[in-house]
Amino acid sequence: MRVVLAEDLYLLREGLTHLLRAHGFDVIAAVDDGTDLAAALATEDPPDVAVVDVRLPPTFTDEGLQAALTARRNRPGLPVLVLSAHVEQLYARELLADGAGGVGYLLKDRVFNSEQFVDAVRRVAAGGTAMDPDVIAKLLTHQPLTRLTAREREVLGLMAEGRSNAAIAAGLHLSEGAVSKYTTNIFTKLDLAPSDDDNRRVLAVLAYLNGTRP
Amino acid sequence: MATMRTTLRERTDPLGHCVALFALTVAELAVAVLPLSAVVVPARWPVILLHGGTTGAILWLWFVPAVLLTAVLGRRLLVTHRRLVSAWCGVPIAPPYRPRPTVERTEHGWYWNGHDYHKYHWFSRLNGWLRWRGQDPASWRDLTWQVVGVPLGGVPVALPVLVPAYGALGLARLAGVTALDPLFGSSYLVAGAAVVVGAAAAFGFVAVLATPRAMLRVHGLAARWLLAPTGTARLRQRVETLTRTRADATDAQAAELRRIERDLHDGAQARLVAVGLTLGAIERLLDTDPAAARELLAKTRETSAQALDELRDLVRGIHPPVLSERGLADALRALALDSPLPVEARVTLSGRLSAPIESAAYFAVAELLTNVAKHAAATRATVTAGYAGGVLRVTVEDDGRGGAEESAGTGLRGIRRRLGTFDGTLALHSPPGGPTRATLEIPCALSSPKTSTSSGRD
Repeated sequence: MRVVLAEDLYLLREGLTHLLRAHGFDVIAAVDDGTDLAAALATEDPPDVAVVDVRLPPTFTDEGLQAALTARRNRPGLPVLVLSAHVEQLYARELLADGAGGVGYLLKDRVFNSEQFVDAVRRVAAGGTAMDPDVIAKLLTHQPLTRLTAREREVLGLMAEGRSNAAIAAGLHLSEGAVSKYTTNIFTKLDLAPSDDDNRRVLAVLAYLNGTRP
Repeated sequence: MATMRTTLRERTDPLGHCVALFALTVAELAVAVLPLSAVVVPARWPVILLHGGTTGAILWLWFVPAVLLTAVLGRRLLVTHRRLVSAWCGVPIAPPYRPRPTVERTEHGWYWNGHDYHKYHWFSRLNGWLRWRGQDPASWRDLTWQVVGVPLGGVPVALPVLVPAYGALGLARLAGVTALDPLFGSSYLVAGAAVVVGAAAAFGFVAVLATPRAMLRVHGLAARWLLAPTGTARLRQRVETLTRTRADATDAQAAELRRIERDLHDGAQARLVAVGLTLGAIERLLDTDPAAARELLAKTRETSAQALDELRDLVRGIHPPVLSERGLADALRALALDSPLPVEARVTLSGRLSAPIESAAYFAVAELLTNVAKHAAATRATVTAGYAGGVLRVTVEDDGRGGAEESAGTGLRGIRRRLGTFDGTLALHSPPGGPTRATLEIPCALSSPKTSTSSGRD
């Protein structure tokens, strides 16, 4: 799997490169600023996934995020995993807004657990989502989605993080069948037409992010 | 019909205002001459006052309270007068007075009123009060107005009432009412009728009705000449404001640095020490007890994650990253999203403001939204932000129960102090029963827009 990596701190860039290589990824470019990142994402032969730090030189604002969003506008669905020292619902929303999937948004701390991190990269590369639990936790403080039961909201929260039905079942000590019943209920209650399951999961997450509006 | 009624009100209200301002001006004159009443009556007053005796003592007994009464009542009337002129005459007049000195007790038991020490609290207060009133040029300008106000400002506002009244009497005389002849003389009355009928014919009825408005303006300008702060007074006020806000700013900054120091010392710093210690222990255990070493490693990872968490919170409290990455507009949107209530953000800002101002506005809105979520019992809120005429204006509005008290918490005072550094203001409108609307305004410059950023739903 071919990866483009953008991170301006040398130690972290080297660490991530080693980590990804050790897990069988092919790091085709490891860049340290927004301009190089934009170039690496705009090549004829795009990577399978991009791992991008939000804040990059030269402006040290949200250079990395902007480059990722631009690249996804030009190549819808281009898998991007965004890393940051802090998480904002605003950014999560912008990343998910196109509804195309293949997005991740994680705190840099998540790199500490290399298995989970690599799993997230693979999930994003495969078109899934990987949302940081911190983003989800912030969402949970919102006034409840009145139409969902507590259990359904719990399932939706885990779904928003990007977990599969099997992972959700394991996390909540339920059978996979029960989880799939909950997800069907959620889709129905949020008025999501039957379609490709992955796509519906992304739409459900969007509905969740939007608080009340499906 | 409704429009007719409004125009009628618009015509008659100024007339009422004229009457009220005339009465006020006369009252001010009366208050000014109050002390004179003590000395005008006995013709030999200087002799009596200086040589004493029973009459002199009685006179002093009246004279001193009369002066005090004049000072107290006069200022009270003039404070009202300024307010009314600002509201009715289209001539805003700011209060020109110096702030009242406070009396503090020293550690040796003396009382300090800002000028000298006194043994007794009441005397120190009285002394400070007299000095404050007597040395403020605004007091003497007030007194001047009280004396000359009637011809300067009173007569203009009396004219719109007196002239038509004069004319009406004249018309009555022409109609054959002779009862007032002994008072005014018939020829004067007839002349009055001629004047008014002539004016009405020359300028039109509407013009005669419009004069109260013009006379109010004349009154306002005359009042401003003596009652508005002089250039020196304005400078003095400005210096006082700057001194106060600078002290507030440095205090707040020092407190903030202390808090950061404490947080770092007790949080991240302590955790990094723990990480270092545990790493040492792991090093020793690696060969002898790899299982225990692995367990400690997991714990170390946890500790470093906690340290990161704390640093993240700290950074958010110092300067939220979204503010430096995106600027105020998106930072406000992010705040709206993070609120536990549904908050709609209507932000129209096409550029960046200076960093300290963005930060002050951000933290003010954060505090206001926290208040809404905590106290207002609201179901939703709206944040509106825009820049117009050199002023950043942000409004936070909720549908809660209202009745927010300025004095209830330190939050609002903190916001006000923070904004004060930039000459910013916070206006709170919160009637019981709601809704509550808080508006903050900061005069500042807007820099040209940088590359525009896409925004979320709101």
